[in-house]
Amino acid sequence: MSAWHSARLVGRREQSRTGRTLLFDVPGWPGHLAGQHVDVRLSADDGYRAVRSYSLAAPARGTGIELGVQTVPGGEVSPYLAHELPVGAEVEVRGPLGGWFVWRPGQEDPVLLVAGGCGIVPLMGMVRSHRLEGSRAPMRLVYSVRDPGQVWYREELTTGTGAAAASRILYTRQAPPGSSRPPGHIGAGDLLPPEGAGRLPVLCFVCGPTGFVEHAAGLLSAAGHAPDRIRTERFG
Amino acid sequence: MSNFSPGFHGRTHRFEGRLPPGQYPTESFPVLSAGPTPHVPTEDWSFTVTAEQGRARRWDWEEMMSLPQEEVTVDIHCVTRWSKFDTVWRGVSVDTFLDGVETTADFAVAHGEGGYTTNLPLEDLRGGKAWLVHTYDGFPLSPEHGGPVRLLVPHLYFWKSAKWVTGLSLTLQDEPGFWEAAGYHNYGDPWREQRAWSD
Repeated sequence: MSAWHSARLVGRREQSRTGRTLLFDVPGWPGHLAGQHVDVRLSADDGYRAVRSYSLAAPARGTGIELGVQTVPGGEVSPYLAHELPVGAEVEVRGPLGGWFVWRPGQEDPVLLVAGGCGIVPLMGMVRSHRLEGSRAPMRLVYSVRDPGQVWYREELTTGTGAAAASRILYTRQAPPGSSRPPGHIGAGDLLPPEGAGRLPVLCFVCGPTGFVEHAAGLLSAAGHAPDRIRTERFG
Repeated sequence: MSNFSPGFHGRTHRFEGRLPPGQYPTESFPVLSAGPTPHVPTEDWSFTVTAEQGRARRWDWEEMMSLPQEEVTVDIHCVTRWSKFDTVWRGVSVDTFLDGVETTADFAVAHGEGGYTTNLPLEDLRGGKAWLVHTYDGFPLSPEHGGPVRLLVPHLYFWKSAKWVTGLSLTLQDEPGFWEAAGYHNYGDPWREQRAWSD
């Protein structure tokens, strides 16, 4: 768990103005669970090192892993990863990390995923794992963004199958033309359990900026979800 | 020029001696909690110290506020790699709560609202190293940061500083808590970078 692996950048894709998908090849990668993250370590020529954590956005493909990086203006690490690290060059990664904010494909409980902004990244890992494993657990993703330009994984979420097909994108500031829901913050009516959940207790995963998670987790508590069925991960 | 992160320079100011290995300084105050934030009114809050033979002492909010108050300025270090310098807290030393408690225990488990637990050697809570705090930066401690009252043990990673603290059990055996059972290090010294079981 604590060993550092070399990770070679093999691809980078733009997700939004500030979001990037980074694909790495990590020889010896042991595999991971949806929702887990890695530490990424950068080294300067003078020996200085900086480490940050990034969520895994997809199940491993052999030794290939996918991370999501949101650029923090003036950040020490994220702008370098998003814009400067050359394809073919290496960083070091440690992981997989985290044992609480994870979804295991064998779980049959209905699942409600609630993402705010770049909080989508680990939850997309769950959506993709659900599809890859052919899970029968009812799963629904509710994804809140400021405006249409901020949607990560747009094509997959709008044309996908499985849990992606049951996803709903909400806009807080500006909605695309023809949207039936006026722009606004996520509300209790947006957080319905997945189709097919019936009366079964739902397992909720909430990820995003602190204010978003406080608000959404509070709505879920008020709707009667037990606190120990609401798992949270907060950014910044 | 190595092939590891070519062209990466990092910060010019490196905080030598103040920043534990693998940490970075932050100006914000990130929040990390495993679940929803409990909202506990001060009139419903209490804190109970239970010794290994089962003898318990309890303080409610007013009793806690009538104990000697201390203001401390400390650096805090979260296992998710952020550190925050010169954080200012107000509260009661854990020594004050342990004063007069009969115990031969070597360990303690801190309990937080909602079932959170974290374990520490008792000596890490004694000798002016730990507090129960209710005020941060001059304002009442907000619920997302563990208010009304949280434990503050700044010399260990911050998950040991249990939020919404409601009690302390003194134990003869070491009993791993919530994160400790989920793969995090049992002791959690930032200066020895004890993040995970295997560190």
